[in-house]
Parts: sequence; C-alpha cells; structure tokens
Amino acid sequence: MKLIVNGQKIESNAGSVVSELLVEQNVKMPDMVSVEVNEQILKRSQFESTQLKDGDKVEFLYFMGGGNVIN
Amino acid sequence: MSLTEQQIERYSRHIILEEVGGVGQEKLLRSKVLIIGAGGLGSPAALYLAAAGVGKIGIIDGDKVDLSNLQRQIIHHTSDVGMEKVKSAADKIRAINPDVTVKTYHQLAMAENIRAIIKSYDFVIDCTDNFGAKFLINDACYFEKIPFSHAGILKFYGQLITILPGKTTCYRCIFNSPPPTDVAPSCSQAGVLGVLPGVIGTLQATEAVKYLLGLGKLLTGTLLTYDALEMDFRAVKLNRNPKCPLCGDEPEITELKDEEQQVCDLKDGKCCN
Repeated sequence: MKLIVNGQKIESNAGSVVSELLVEQNVKMPDMVSVEVNEQILKRSQFESTQLKDGDKVEFLYFMGGGNVIN
Repeated sequence: MSLTEQQIERYSRHIILEEVGGVGQEKLLRSKVLIIGAGGLGSPAALYLAAAGVGKIGIIDGDKVDLSNLQRQIIHHTSDVGMEKVKSAADKIRAINPDVTVKTYHQLAMAENIRAIIKSYDFVIDCTDNFGAKFLINDACYFEKIPFSHAGILKFYGQLITILPGKTTCYRCIFNSPPPTDVAPSCSQAGVLGVLPGVIGTLQATEAVKYLLGLGKLLTGTLLTYDALEMDFRAVKLNRNPKCPLCGDEPEITELKDEEQQVCDLKDGKCCN
C-alpha cells in the first residue's frame, strides 16, 4: 500500500499493522520510537493492532535525550 | 523603566525593528528566563539571551566543566575546566551584558526542588541531556503552568517543540514515559556533532524571545526535527493527545516524581535510523 512515512511517499509491502511497518522500515529499536498515524499518537500497546490503509501518514518520532548521558 | 543612552546604543538593532522597539526591549529587560542545563544546548541559549538583554537569567546545573565538554559547550573555556558550570556560564553572561542578573543553582533539577525554582520565571528552557530530567521538567512546568522549550539532540539529529502547558501538545503527549532501561542502549557512547546543539539551543532562545515579546508564531503543537547530515528540517504537526497521562482527559500523573535515569548505549547500532 502507499504510505507517507516521515514525509516521504513509500510503497509498503509490510502487512497492514504498524508493528510490521516498523520492521519493514528498519526501525531497530521500536521502544525508542513514538508513532503518529494521521496526526494521532498511538499508545505503544496499539502498535500490533493499529491497521494502516492506503494514503495514511505515518511519523516515527525518536526519543532524543542528549549526546552525553550518564547521570 | 526607560532605557539609558548606553542601552539604546547596545540594543539599537532590536529597537530599530518595528516589531520590537524600545517597548519590546524594556519587556526583555523585565523578563526572567530559566535555563536548565549549562551544557550543549544551554550554552548558546544563555549567550544569546544575555546578548538580547533578558533581565534575569537563571541557570541550573550540578556539574563541573570537563575537557570533553569543550567540543560543543561553547560558553565554557579551557581555563574553566574543573569549575562549576553555573559559575563559568554566569561569568560569560555578565561579561557579555552587565544589564543581566544571573541566578545560579549548582544542583540537579529534582522533583523536590524544581517547582519552587521555576515558579518565579516567565519561560523555561530545557537544555538537559537525559530523559528523566526532560519528563520532570515537562511535568513541573505543567503543574506550575510555565511555558517552556523542550529540545533533545543526539549524534547528527535534533528536535524541539515549544509547550504552553495545558494549552498545547506536551512532551508526554508525544512520548508517554521514558524508554525502558533494559531496552535503551547507553548514550554516553553515542556522541554528538559539536555544532548541533548550537543550532538547536539557539532555536530555543529564539522561541523564548518570541514568547517574551509576543512575536510571530510559536513552535507549539509542532515538533521541529533536524537532520544535520541531510540538512533537512521538518515540522511535524502533533495534536494534543487526549490519552496523555499528564494533560489528557484522564490524567494519571498528579504529582512530580524523579523518573528512573535512562542508560542509553549506542555502540551496537542506531538509536535513530
């Protein structure tokens, strides 16, 4: 299906749920990512169940704590 | 309050701007901004707010200047190594602009002290380098209803958003809670391009000045992401989250808590692809 991921148009061959898209898009650490679909942020527990459809806009938002972190 | 001749000269480039004028400059001189973290992000933020004539600048940092800081924390000099960061920062702020009153807090921002500190400021800038502090600042600013700028940087990437607590998208709307410690790798090896916090920290200071002057469009409800390698800025629209545990319809968080510190190690690969 055709999706817009992080502003780029892509053709996705993943299954139709978010967790499968994360794998296809090479997001190695899904726990470090927050996902927004069509301007709504998902709960982590929804990654496996949220269905994507043609034309959906998906954003992967990455946790960024800082460049030098051990406190 | 009226500006002295010296101030009219010092701030002439602000005063000439129709949108700022002497009135705007006086507003800045009456304003109070708190910078939490005197490191990579805090350095440019503090330097520019000092230059701008923000009347009171508070700085919180529990650390001392270390040699490895100097690659990016441009408010600190080689001769400052070993000194408390807040003192080093305060010295440079005063050297740039004696109009500015600096209040230093040589301590970590913690649940027990942060609300009392932020209360007396008009705007807060989160220049911290760990998730625990970022969530704490988000929550504290929510409870005290103080607007603030959130930012984070890593390797070649940065992001920022301005938050008007209770009105616009907050940090927890986007990132519910810190990433799990057992999954997150340790960031101390991640590294960061030295110039990167210069860009993002200055953008934070820009938002602070805009807020104080009531100018332009604040970066609310929008996460600005920056990829220095691609030279790509994206403004990602993010609505408030009705399920946000802090500012949503059914809040779960009703008090401040020191979140467990994250250890995030990137030697094995990518944190952000």
